[in-house]
Amino acid sequence: MKRILVSIKRVVDYNVRIRVKPDGTGVITDGVKMSVNPFDEIALEEALRIKEKGFAEEVVAVSIGPADCQQQLRTALAMGADRAVHVQTDAIIEPGTAARLMHKLAEREQVMLAILGKQAIDDDCNQTGQMLAALWGRPQATFASKVEINGDKALVTREVDAGLETLEIDLPAVITADLRLNEPRYVKLPDIMKAKKKPLETIDPTALGITPVERLKAVKFEPPAQRSKGVMVKDVQELVTALRGKGLV
Amino acid sequence: MSKILIVAEHAGGKLNPVIAKCVHCASGIPGAEIHLAVFAADASAVAAQAAQIAGVAKVVTVTHAIHANPLAATLAPQLAELAQGYTHVFGPSTTFGKDLMPRVAALLDAPQASDIMAAESATRFKRPIYAGNAIITVEVAAGSRVVATVRTASFEAAGAAASPAPIEAVTLSATLPTHTRFVSVTSARSDRPDLQTAKKVVSGGRALASADNFKILYSLADKMGAAVGASRAAVDAGYAANDMQVGQTGKIIAPDIYLAFGISGAIQHLTGIKDARTIVAINKDPEAPIFEVADYGLVGDLFQVAPEFEKLISSGS
Repeated sequence: MKRILVSIKRVVDYNVRIRVKPDGTGVITDGVKMSVNPFDEIALEEALRIKEKGFAEEVVAVSIGPADCQQQLRTALAMGADRAVHVQTDAIIEPGTAARLMHKLAEREQVMLAILGKQAIDDDCNQTGQMLAALWGRPQATFASKVEINGDKALVTREVDAGLETLEIDLPAVITADLRLNEPRYVKLPDIMKAKKKPLETIDPTALGITPVERLKAVKFEPPAQRSKGVMVKDVQELVTALRGKGLV
Repeated sequence: MSKILIVAEHAGGKLNPVIAKCVHCASGIPGAEIHLAVFAADASAVAAQAAQIAGVAKVVTVTHAIHANPLAATLAPQLAELAQGYTHVFGPSTTFGKDLMPRVAALLDAPQASDIMAAESATRFKRPIYAGNAIITVEVAAGSRVVATVRTASFEAAGAAASPAPIEAVTLSATLPTHTRFVSVTSARSDRPDLQTAKKVVSGGRALASADNFKILYSLADKMGAAVGASRAAVDAGYAANDMQVGQTGKIIAPDIYLAFGISGAIQHLTGIKDARTIVAINKDPEAPIFEVADYGLVGDLFQVAPEFEKLISSGS
């Protein structure tokens, strides 16, 4: 069966203004709204569109983390994923561990594609997709803004500093989703009901032969240095005079 | 002792100026010996430029026709092979480095610290998380190899060397995969300065309301010798090209002056400009969050302010 694996990371919602704990041991996440990482939502939407065009038959959503991740997997199932795999662990999951787990699942499921968000909006690492591609020994097309499946190949347009780059990659491969790849669909109420009946498998990382390791230990969290508020000028002349005084124009 | 290998990003025979910033970052690690690696179809011009950066002890070149178009899939096995003799492997936090370095880290079975804004020691690094709303200090075990991308906006460029570093050509044995092929790259090329490294940047938001209206900013930018940037909203709306996006998922920049026209200042945008020396905000909405971080704020209609600003700086009055 032609299958696509999609990452679904549970993260603090995009709209939450995060604050650092006063003792510097982390950020405050108690009582904070949690959501699917927005880039992963785009990744899932792309997988669903590829399936709807007939290039794939099954979309499998994967989340790695504590029991609560099942909420985000249910959202993914409601969006249209066919089934979900929850790698349940309370351990700290670094991108390297996530990539090793995804690699095991990509092989177990014999997938044609793994689509991941280009980064998670909590740790902002931007690593897991590339690491998965390396471990798997397969192509990577990161920061994708357009994906065309063509038999056992794909043409992927990537958002790079110079503009837009197009790569041709052999499948299976890893694609990471950038913002403009698509606009994810809204979940409708009947789909939420249907999602409750879709299969959700829970496994332990060790069942995949992986023990999570922490190699970059968090020492301290702190708020960023704040820029101080400057002055308001009344008109353009005053602005130009001020900037000229500093040699900026 | 730390031996640091930095991959030298380049295009069109020119070393990317952000590499001198990576060197500055690496030179903050006590006792560091810094080498630059140039992968190219013809490495000579880039290697000569790399050898001129102060703090670089050696430039290593790897020449292969396949590197005419740098691809993570083909660079990573070679960089990982070359990295065997090093404790640290750094790349810039550009799309090139973000694409390549994690692939190298996985091949080396090493952890990666992304977007480092300070190297406090050989093992301790500071990096932003949550779109820059928090800064985390991470530590790798002493003696283990670490890969990092350098948030170049956090560093000044290293200066010029008194005498150029030696250049050494090496041959590597890693097998290069053929499963990934370069097809094309299209860029909205212009004669304006490069956004990532420009000293002056003029930037526009959704309030520009059309691609055509961006001409107001292009005109001003050309008068100032500035690069032109855009907010995510302006890029999403099709008013500006994707390579102009400034912010958390676009370019993170540190110009001497950043002029924001009609940009409200979403946190993701502010993340991209907070290292600018001077931020100037022009917005109709006096409550726009960008005024909270601007050194100079002007409440007004950008369609009147921008042409008047251009006129005043040209007339010298």
